[in-house]
Amino acid sequence: MQFMLLFSRQGKLRLQKWYVPLSDKEKKKITRELVQTVLARKPKMCSFLEWRDLKIVYKRYASLYFCCAIEDQDNELITLEIIHRYVELLDKYFGSVCELDIIFNFEKAYFILDEFLLGGEAQETSKKNVLKAIEQADLLQENFSSQSPHNCLSTP
Amino acid sequence: MSDVVEKTLSALPGLFDSQTGAARITSRLRQLVKSITELTSKNEEESLIKQELSSMKEQVSSPNTSMMREIMVRAMYCEMLGYDASFTYIHAIKLAQQGGVLEKRVGYLAVSLFLNEGHELLLLLVNTVLKDLQSTNVIEAYMALTVVAQVFPKDMIPAVLPLLEDKLSYPKEIIRRKAVLALYKFYLIAPNQVQHIHAKFRKALCDRDPGVMTSSLHIYLQLITESPDDYKDLTGSFVTILKQVVGGKLPVDFNYHNVPAPWLQIQLLRILSLLGKEDRSTSELMYEVLDESLRRAEMNHNITYAILYECVKAIYTIHPKAELLEKAARCIGNFVLSPKINLRYLGLKALTYVVQHDAKLALQHQMTIIECLDHTDFTIKRETLELLFRITNAQNVTVIVEKMLDFLHGCSDEHTIIHLVGKVAELAEKFAPDNSWFIQTMNDVFSTGGDLLQQDVPNNFLRLLAEGSESKEEDDQLRLYAVNSYLTVLKGDASHLPQRFLQVMSWVLGEYAHLQESVDQREVIRLLTQLLDQRSVSSETRVWILSALTKISEGQTDLILDLAESLSSSQDTVLRQQAQELRQLSQDSQLYEWVLPRGAPWDSMEVDSSLSFLDGFVSEALAAGAAPYKPPHQRQEELCEDRALNLEPYSFSLPVSLSSCSITDRQSPTLLSVSSGLSGNSTELSQKAGSSTLILEGVKRVWGRDGYLRQNETTAPPVDEPSAAVQPSGQQEAAERLEPQPEPSTQNQDKLQLASSLFVGLGAGSSMSLLGKSEAPPPRFRKKPRPHESSSSSSSGTSERSSDSSSRSSHSTTDSFLYGSLLEEEPATSISAFSHTPKSSTANGLAQNKDTKEDRRANTSQILGGDMVIVRPNTFQDKHPSLVSSDLTALLPADLKDLPHSDVISLTSDPSLSLSSCRLFRDEALLLVILISNCTETVIKDVAVQLTCEELETASLRGNVMNCLEGNSTSVCHYALLMDEPHTNVSFTGTVSYQTQPGHTNTLSFSGTLSAADFIRPLVVSTEEYGKLWLSLSHDVKQNLKLLTDASDPLRTTLNALKDALQLHVVDIIGSEGIVACRLLSGAPCLLHCRVNGAALAMWLRSPHPALPDCILYHCQRALAQH
Repeated sequence: MQFMLLFSRQGKLRLQKWYVPLSDKEKKKITRELVQTVLARKPKMCSFLEWRDLKIVYKRYASLYFCCAIEDQDNELITLEIIHRYVELLDKYFGSVCELDIIFNFEKAYFILDEFLLGGEAQETSKKNVLKAIEQADLLQENFSSQSPHNCLSTP
Repeated sequence: MSDVVEKTLSALPGLFDSQTGAARITSRLRQLVKSITELTSKNEEESLIKQELSSMKEQVSSPNTSMMREIMVRAMYCEMLGYDASFTYIHAIKLAQQGGVLEKRVGYLAVSLFLNEGHELLLLLVNTVLKDLQSTNVIEAYMALTVVAQVFPKDMIPAVLPLLEDKLSYPKEIIRRKAVLALYKFYLIAPNQVQHIHAKFRKALCDRDPGVMTSSLHIYLQLITESPDDYKDLTGSFVTILKQVVGGKLPVDFNYHNVPAPWLQIQLLRILSLLGKEDRSTSELMYEVLDESLRRAEMNHNITYAILYECVKAIYTIHPKAELLEKAARCIGNFVLSPKINLRYLGLKALTYVVQHDAKLALQHQMTIIECLDHTDFTIKRETLELLFRITNAQNVTVIVEKMLDFLHGCSDEHTIIHLVGKVAELAEKFAPDNSWFIQTMNDVFSTGGDLLQQDVPNNFLRLLAEGSESKEEDDQLRLYAVNSYLTVLKGDASHLPQRFLQVMSWVLGEYAHLQESVDQREVIRLLTQLLDQRSVSSETRVWILSALTKISEGQTDLILDLAESLSSSQDTVLRQQAQELRQLSQDSQLYEWVLPRGAPWDSMEVDSSLSFLDGFVSEALAAGAAPYKPPHQRQEELCEDRALNLEPYSFSLPVSLSSCSITDRQSPTLLSVSSGLSGNSTELSQKAGSSTLILEGVKRVWGRDGYLRQNETTAPPVDEPSAAVQPSGQQEAAERLEPQPEPSTQNQDKLQLASSLFVGLGAGSSMSLLGKSEAPPPRFRKKPRPHESSSSSSSGTSERSSDSSSRSSHSTTDSFLYGSLLEEEPATSISAFSHTPKSSTANGLAQNKDTKEDRRANTSQILGGDMVIVRPNTFQDKHPSLVSSDLTALLPADLKDLPHSDVISLTSDPSLSLSSCRLFRDEALLLVILISNCTETVIKDVAVQLTCEELETASLRGNVMNCLEGNSTSVCHYALLMDEPHTNVSFTGTVSYQTQPGHTNTLSFSGTLSAADFIRPLVVSTEEYGKLWLSLSHDVKQNLKLLTDASDPLRTTLNALKDALQLHVVDIIGSEGIVACRLLSGAPCLLHCRVNGAALAMWLRSPHPALPDCILYHCQRALAQH
């Protein structure tokens, strides 16, 4: 996967993760172009889009568009399911997720994404394992806030 | 702003209170988001963010890390909105370095979001990562791994690699998993750095945790994509894993919508298809599991379709199995017929993939395809066209191209246009039914594709026109059609036409306008001149137009002079230059005829790349004191030598500057040099420069022998074309298939009609074999084979020819050379008595004739550059045991004594005369020296030697007739012998007639044998030259020879023995193989390839001459047997 973008129906970027090194200028250009193209598509149209030499796979969940760029030989359907799995993870974590959760807790959304996809590849496909990892880190965060010693997880 | 956001904003306080930890971090962020939400314009947002950023700048140096955390989050938010917060980057690194675990997490996240792989600040992160990787805290190690797997400086990989390797055996699987992914990342950015840990990848593949194993598959997919052959042994493992996954052996956690580990399955299917591609035995291992996968994936859910799709692709990629193919084809049907548009898209994609193997599948789904063609969704339409492109043949090309062009006209996406226009051009060239269609289609291509068009499209088109096919008449018809068509276009409004199209038109008009006799050339000139005046025409195009005008200007001096006049004040120097040329040419018809000969075929143009016609000019200039020309490399060397000036900006490369000058900088002193030099340059350039720019600018001779860009080989048509006889049945079948359809409405009828025209030629008539493709009918525009396309065959031809001619010419020149050089001396050298010789010979430094062979070898090899062996085979030693005293060699003339030579052997003798001979090895001939010694005290008169040999060409050089031979003296007589046809051994006979007393003639006859080895000379070539020559040689002989096994290095010893026996040149010895080269005098070469094969030496000889290898082989055998 080359990158993942989350944006609202109004075209506001909510999350961006780039797995290929690009300059800020390029990133901005791509984002602008893609948001425009995807928003212009009608609801009954298919979720795939040939764009430059890439394939764009997008899906809308409520007011949010999830949009991934993959290479031509990649499987579009599984990418669609990656998006879905990510939404499931967010949903589970936030408890019926909405756009606001992502706006106000976007760093959490990043943490979850990093646990699920790493370097553009699906890292952990077990929902349980992803959430366990996030919860462990969060737990630590809580513990830290309550000044507990920080080696609580060092022993397996 | 979003309604949802606005509605929910009122509920915000409650929302955040419910999230204790998060609320603290996001309090400031919340404010920020909230205030941004309330804004109405972009301007307000900008000023607010500006304010926010400046307040962050003030706070950023605060030592309070929890505050930093909050600032980082806001900075990330600002960056996401598109504002620059780069001043926080360094603080993100600091936070990751100094903060507690909590801050680290945010710090690392910020780093991974802010910094690209190449960012210089990343170096500062390395230490932190190293520290955290060694931390006893799992969370720290795990955060470090997460960041390493995303961004890490390439150069610092070695520092962190050992730690990562350790992590591969860490007890916690999450750490192992991340370590594997980090290594995958390293492999992607620096493959050679992780080469040594491939074994550890295998360990990861066998990990007990499915997550770790899945992660390792990313690496394997990459590795196998690059070199599938290296991993065939793992096929079994992958198959087993897939079997287990499909059989539901993994923990339920990995299920996704009740499908076991779909990501893992897809990854494995891809790996298997790569491994099984074109490999029957490997493919056989996976048939069963593929079948199982197809069977298991029954549920109607996206994820099963994703797996099915990958399965189908795998089945069509690996070695085919009929049963599986059938199932896969059915499966595609499910996709294509699905009401879900996403599945339908994938079905089209799958079809596009499989029609390459089985075009009939498209036929089964023709109605769906036609529906998709009219689909409102751009993506579906485009994919359908892609599919149609694959099934295009000579019968349906017009319909398909029409569809593609329709689509193009309504399309505005650059990438799509470029892509599709290229395909249309390809189809048009391949399948065009007639001239008018072809030209019309290409016109459409040029006007639609505009200046986005790939450069090779116009290049190919012009090449096609210029080179033509076998029949000149047809070519001219096509050209004529093009001319007519362009004249019509130009008569209309040409201002909107793309530059490329104008360039193509002007080139064609320039070349072929004369074919159209009914149109006045003045009209053509007028149209082109009109074009020149248009503002929208670019200066590059103007050059094309002017070149075209130059070509058709003949006889229209008045018009041309006007034009040249008007352009001579142009701002553009190139145009001014061209106008100048134009004026000159139009005034001098002889010059014109010479520069631009009318109707000369494109390949008859010879480019004088050596610019020899300038020789006179150059020598005059040199005489006038000009500095001599130095080739670029020499200049560069001189520049390098001049250390003081060796600065970067000076290192220029002339060819580049030359070629870039070819258009713009043409102020050469004479017109001639311009045109010829120019064409030379652009020819070179177009060979080199690929498709960057077409610098041909319409100068006719640019289409010279090598002048065209090498055409990108168009992919073979994926679909077979039925022969003409079969075509009706194909149509019929298409029609039959359609019959069962219930009562078609008129709309349906249209579709049916379309279907029959689209899918014609794909029917059963075009019996498809899965792998082999039946022969396609000849394309309409068959290109002439390009000279260098058939390089292998023609080069062998030419090399043979050239070697033939060189051998032929060599002996004629040798003769004259030998005569010329040797006969200048006195006709007979008579060396007086033996008693005098020692003195004179020592005086001449001939003492070495008594020396050992070694000395002589050393001596001569010095002269010969060390490569030539001087000690000659003495194949007659057994026959002529009477070795003459080596003193006789001293009698050799001084100019020959340094040549490698054999020992002197006695030929024959009688009471008065004794004859001996010596062979001297010149490069171009064998010199036979016959020494005639007078054994008596009295003078012998009228000595005449006659030598004959049927197989050899003989030429007497000197000394064959002597008036008198003093008593006890020796005379020398030389013959030059040439061997044209190789013979293993040849014998010569001769007679010496002499008079001891006046009137009494005695005759002494002699004979001898020469071997082919005497005529073999080393051929000094480099390994590369050897390789090239080898491929060009036709006659080969293979034989096993004895290997001299007594030495430590048998190959080298054997080759040295051969080298000593026959004058061979050992080119190279690599391992157990050696390559050796020689030739027959200066004629036909013979290459020997020797390989140690057990106790034998497998020798493989190649030569342009059929008999030479046998001959050499014979002597090799002999030499080794004698050894």
